[in-house]
Amino acid sequence: MAVYKKTYRPYEGSLTPSWSRLFVITRYAFEDLRRSKFLNTFYSLSFAYPLICALLIYVSHNTSALRVLGAQNAAGIITINLTFFFNLLGWQSMLALFLAAFIGPGQVSPDLANNALSLYLARPFSRVEYVLGKMSVLMVLMSLMTWVPGLMLFGLQAYLEGGGWAQDNARIAWGFFFGSWVWIVLLSLLALALSAWVKWKPAAGALVFGVFFVAAAFGATINGVQRTNWGHLFNIGYLVGSVWVQLMEGATRTTNGAVFFRVPMGEELPIGWCWFGLFLLAAACLYMLAHKIRGAEVVR
Amino acid sequence: MQPVIELDGLEVRFGQRVILNKLSAALTGVSIGLLGPNGAGKSTLINTLLGFHKPASGTARVLGRDIRTHAREVRGLVGYMPESDSFIAPMSGVRFVRMMAELSGLPREQALERAHEAFFYAGLGEVRYRPLGTYSLGMKQAAKLASAIAHGPKLLFLDEPTNGLDPPARTRMIQLIQDIRDRGDLRLILSSHLLRDVEECCDQVLILKDGNIAAFCNLEEERRANLRFLELETRGANNGNFLAAIDRLGCQTATGAQGRIKLILPDGIEVRQLYEIAAGQDVQIRRLSHKRDSLEDIFLKAMEVPNGRL
Repeated sequence: MAVYKKTYRPYEGSLTPSWSRLFVITRYAFEDLRRSKFLNTFYSLSFAYPLICALLIYVSHNTSALRVLGAQNAAGIITINLTFFFNLLGWQSMLALFLAAFIGPGQVSPDLANNALSLYLARPFSRVEYVLGKMSVLMVLMSLMTWVPGLMLFGLQAYLEGGGWAQDNARIAWGFFFGSWVWIVLLSLLALALSAWVKWKPAAGALVFGVFFVAAAFGATINGVQRTNWGHLFNIGYLVGSVWVQLMEGATRTTNGAVFFRVPMGEELPIGWCWFGLFLLAAACLYMLAHKIRGAEVVR
Repeated sequence: MQPVIELDGLEVRFGQRVILNKLSAALTGVSIGLLGPNGAGKSTLINTLLGFHKPASGTARVLGRDIRTHAREVRGLVGYMPESDSFIAPMSGVRFVRMMAELSGLPREQALERAHEAFFYAGLGEVRYRPLGTYSLGMKQAAKLASAIAHGPKLLFLDEPTNGLDPPARTRMIQLIQDIRDRGDLRLILSSHLLRDVEECCDQVLILKDGNIAAFCNLEEERRANLRFLELETRGANNGNFLAAIDRLGCQTATGAQGRIKLILPDGIEVRQLYEIAAGQDVQIRRLSHKRDSLEDIFLKAMEVPNGRL
């Protein structure tokens, strides 16, 4: 029967599993994002640094390639070590911040601005699933930018180096993985929470940067005026960097952490406080989301 | 008949403010109207049944499922057309409805097919690929209805479905609602402050006032009763004889100005007999109408109840 001749009829067919429905939101969001040329270009360019890193790893293990390039001594200069992976993590995480500022505000604010939440939540679909569905958009894209290339490069280096390198440096791999996830989850929550509170997308995007950079400047001011290091508690980059250092280096520090997420030697805060600061930020974001993601607004 | 909705001492508070005050009722109709002035608690009741607000005490059951313990299951059975504009402006109509159907659990292909069907059914077949933000108010209302029925619910919540519609669009919306009702596939809860909407679409009505149930009645029964209540406008030689004749039939009568007569027909007496008597008395019945303002009477009476308590 032609579709225009059909009238209302009940649905008696099969239903998809409940757990899979949050990915409906993710799929539709990806379809929308795919249409943005700017985002596609930005996202493609974000893989430049990992590609350069892959090239460096390859070249550092291939003396004939270095000879062709006329840089026989370069093998000694290129060192694939903790700093190399810290720099990769720092660069890619900064790009993830830009990505979150670009696409994060477009996730929740249109639904709130158009009162669409009541339609989402009037279905067998919870607020948690809604937030997870929206977060998974950011988490997938940011994972592909951070820990996925990081672990691939670790694997390449381990393959080319051989001789138990992977075992000796296993802490880098899992530190990179878990450290990336700390940043991804925090950034996703922050982007969604700001998107839920600020309905104007450009303002929400600017706020993501604001929370990162302005809070860091505020922390630095406190440090300068009070001659203390506790102002770093306001510096998200510092807190995340400290966690990364702990995850990838353990108790014995040899570096200043990742680029853009520096933890200068001698300015350390107790690591428990860094975790606590990040936990507080995540809790604040969750509270903001819980307050805004509702099927119906309550006017008390 | 299994109740569509059972309210069991349902109380909802926003802070210290009581919005729904221990409501108890069993609604069994096919199409149930929620009537009341603005702020009576109609939308809050629907939102509570959907699980948007937690009851402070008591509970409610929707199609036999408790909203406290089976909220997700309840939402799987209902379709919801909210009062305010609810959509994502840049999305095309059919894509939005398809997404909503998928969130209700329909597989992708079925969701797409039913989104198209729902759009044609709601009369928006030609504009289904246009962004929702470009729709007129009437189209947006119809699109909301399409989104509410696309997944094939068992119960439909319609919150002020004719709000802001011009007369032709309103007529179209009412016809759609009546068509859905008459199919008998799903039950309807229609919330409105417009008596006419409820009267045209519903067979049972719950009237709320200040968060209390002010009246609850079966419109079908009222209509049947009102069929016996007639108003005549007559012209002719001898109204006194005519009145005496219809009194002898057993009718209760009351006369008004200019040949108007109000009467209640007893069971077993047909309207045809009135015409026969009139013809015999040389009286012309210029107009005969059944009582039409039943719901208005019920509503006005309900509004007089102090504190809205039944």
